[in-house]
Amino acid sequence: MKELHERIRRLEDKVAYALVYVALIVALIPLFSVLFEVFKRGVGVINLDFFTKPTPAVGEVGGGVANAIQGTLITIGLASLIAVPIGIITGIFLSEYSDSKLSSIVRSFNELLNGMPSIVIGLFAYMLIATRVGFSVTAASFALALIMIPVVSRATEEALKLVPATIREAAIALGMPRWKTTIFVALRIARRTVATGMLLAVARIAGESAPVLVTMGYWKWWFAGFDRPAANLALDIFLFSKSPFENWIALAWGSALILVAMILGINVVVRLLTREKPP
Amino acid sequence: MVADVAGQTKTTHLFYQPLLIKRRPRALMTGDKIFKVFTTSVALIVVLVVGLMAYYLYLGSRPSIERFGAGFIVGTKWDPVKGVFGALPVILGTLTTSAMALLIALPLSLGVALALSEYMPKRFSNVFSFLVELLAAVPSVVYGLWGLYVLMPFLREVVYPPIRSSLGFLPLFSGPIYGGGVLTASLLLAIMITPIMSAIMRDLFALTPSTLKEAAIALGAIKWEAVKLMISYARSGIIAATILGLGRAIGEAMAVTMVIGNKFQLLPSSLFDAWYTMAAILANEFIESIDELHISALINVGLLLLVINLIVLICARLIVWHYLKVVGGIMRE
Repeated sequence: MKELHERIRRLEDKVAYALVYVALIVALIPLFSVLFEVFKRGVGVINLDFFTKPTPAVGEVGGGVANAIQGTLITIGLASLIAVPIGIITGIFLSEYSDSKLSSIVRSFNELLNGMPSIVIGLFAYMLIATRVGFSVTAASFALALIMIPVVSRATEEALKLVPATIREAAIALGMPRWKTTIFVALRIARRTVATGMLLAVARIAGESAPVLVTMGYWKWWFAGFDRPAANLALDIFLFSKSPFENWIALAWGSALILVAMILGINVVVRLLTREKPP
Repeated sequence: MVADVAGQTKTTHLFYQPLLIKRRPRALMTGDKIFKVFTTSVALIVVLVVGLMAYYLYLGSRPSIERFGAGFIVGTKWDPVKGVFGALPVILGTLTTSAMALLIALPLSLGVALALSEYMPKRFSNVFSFLVELLAAVPSVVYGLWGLYVLMPFLREVVYPPIRSSLGFLPLFSGPIYGGGVLTASLLLAIMITPIMSAIMRDLFALTPSTLKEAAIALGAIKWEAVKLMISYARSGIIAATILGLGRAIGEAMAVTMVIGNKFQLLPSSLFDAWYTMAAILANEFIESIDELHISALINVGLLLLVINLIVLICARLIVWHYLKVVGGIMRE
């Protein structure tokens, strides 16, 4: 009886061991398939035209996504201009006054914003801005900025908390007021971690298509001003993939490839930057 | 003198007192005060934004709320031409696909997390952990593209036919196979949320004190028994990670609208049938809607999405708190 029990224990252990690896393999197969297929189907589309020509008209052969790359960069740029200062200052507030009641409220709302479906954020930007300015880069950038803020502020907060208290104490002991200590000592030491947080936030909004769709809509031309829509790479993938045209579907895979390459590239760079020991 | 982060303010105050010499005491204080007021007011933007979001979505859905009231939630018709809107089918679609996705993703990501944190040699697990993190960063629209052109044909030709021929006597697995549909959308969602859930769970397992496992092994437990103990120790975190995955699944728009078939019906005839979700109907119809009531009904769907998301997040918080108090408290001290 005791032996049987012992045998069941050992068996259970082995089954668990096997199941854990089976789960890993089952989970990784579709994920690798995504990367593999995006590379396989996208790499043939990429040539010089792909980066220099705008969206081809229906039925036209060739063409590229240059306008979408331009539009994406402008939209991300404007979103970063809005989100980075707000995110960093919010992060400073969260780390420097972390024991105040207000900061725990701000932290909860930050989390709430972080978990909000991006399409809901898009609808908010539509209501607040697109109903006044019209479907536009401004509205889309606002929506993307709201997605960025929690990511940036969290990274800043974490980075500042890692700065050794002794360094701040040394600065304060030398007669530096607290706000100067925060900005010129703590933030300076943490600047690399803060920068990686910003990069990750950019990587995240580069792939967002739902909020862009409801604030900007489709635009097949070049950038035409901040009060007008602009083309967007992630959104192009959606638009092209639904179309019945071979050429557009091919462009969708090409766009997916450069988008994935860019996002994964940012992640790898961040990883390399943070792996070295901070000073 | 070592001050941790929580104790920092007090420590700095101690340092301030002797610094307040007569020459520049005021300047020191005002700089800090201005800094505090400034950072506080910027940080409050976040609070303001979330508040405004709820308010503006309410404002946008007011025509729909005034017209249909609570009937919007239980209504089953969606007819932009006649101006009749009810969201029950898309609510059911959202909840069903998300729940199914979680059922698939939970055991998978638990397995992945355990493999990465407990079973793999550290050298490999670092590489695989990074891969899993990378996969969490792939945009949803790319998953949608893959779902549409790779997963759907594969399921339609290889997976679904044998399922239907062997389990077809159940109504769930009968009916025509389109490739897209409820099951496909759930599978795709599961694939999308597995990386993020397993990354969180892996971190969680890494944080559980090793003394727990060591004690168990010292008492004669074998690996799996020690791991089981660890799972039960981390269970509130596992639940929180799961709920976070649920939130992701509920709000996912693009990938789902690409594979679910976008058919507005109360219940699909089988798991192979097409359906609709709240986020999918927003992605699909919002940009094409012209009629004011139609737009308002769609924003109303967005408002419901916000409320559901809020409930989900609050539930996650409450569960974590509950476990920390009732179970975690005993286990931790």
